[in-house]
Amino acid sequence: MIRLLTPLLAFLALVALLIVGMESAEERTLVDSPLVGRTIPSFSLPKLHYPDEITSTQSQRGQVWVLNVWGSWCQSCRIEHPWITELAENSGVPVVGFNWKDERDNALRWLSRFGDPWSWHMVDFEGRRAIDLGVYGAPETFIIDHRGIIIHKHIGPIDQDSYESLKAMIEKLKLEAQSA
Amino acid sequence: MSQLKHICGIIALTLSLLMPTLGSGSAIEPLPFRTELEEIRFKALAQELRCTVCQNQSLADSDAPLAQDLRRELFMMIQDNRSDQEIRQFMVERYGEFVLYRPPMASHTALLWGGPIVLLIAALIATVLVIRQRRALL
Repeated sequence: MIRLLTPLLAFLALVALLIVGMESAEERTLVDSPLVGRTIPSFSLPKLHYPDEITSTQSQRGQVWVLNVWGSWCQSCRIEHPWITELAENSGVPVVGFNWKDERDNALRWLSRFGDPWSWHMVDFEGRRAIDLGVYGAPETFIIDHRGIIIHKHIGPIDQDSYESLKAMIEKLKLEAQSA
Repeated sequence: MSQLKHICGIIALTLSLLMPTLGSGSAIEPLPFRTELEEIRFKALAQELRCTVCQNQSLADSDAPLAQDLRRELFMMIQDNRSDQEIRQFMVERYGEFVLYRPPMASHTALLWGGPIVLLIAALIATVLVIRQRRALL
């Protein structure tokens, strides 16, 4: 009896493995960033609205801030736009835009059409600084603490659930910054 | 006879037109390499680094804008005389070990590297046991 059932059991085990593999497939496409837990790479980029002004990843030292990678070409960025607006209005920390591989005119038109809740935008036209940040798709959102350490990276559009968890994370980090 | 020559000519022409498209499925744009070695190194590294956007393609195969950017970065690092190890390190620091198609030998990859050998030994032991059992029955 056992002998007869063994192939069947082995087959069922394989099916179970397949189902588990399929369910976790989406999670596996998300690449954990080695930069989480490390200091944000130091670089300076021009601002979108004022191309003569330079903004640096180090100028927010001492406060919690958010860096949000977007582009006017990025469909999912439109989807998350309402949640970025919520975050910018309610989190009480700078939400900085990282305009990635975009054309200036398109970016400005996009912002005037959908709204511009970001504190300011840094522009990476060539995409070289994005590589330093380990960016591989837009949108991506980094949460950086008062010491300049990347605490969390959210990949993909922010939705209600991720908004709540990002907001809670920022509140906790703000308390840490105050007591530091 | 002249007809045969004519046909041969057409075949040769067709082949010569097809030649450049055959063989290479790579997305690499022509780059001004200084030496042949640089080109070989570039191609080898682009083959063994994964494109994180289109995860089942290497940097050499992918047409994604990020893959183009990373190839440009790779090209510039080779021009800068950075070693293969330094270049791999550069990618891993930014995108994690996931970008390496050839994972490093380390404690956390022991199962990956050792697994097939363990499975092979287990299968051999099982085979020997089954054969012995059957022989005993004869």
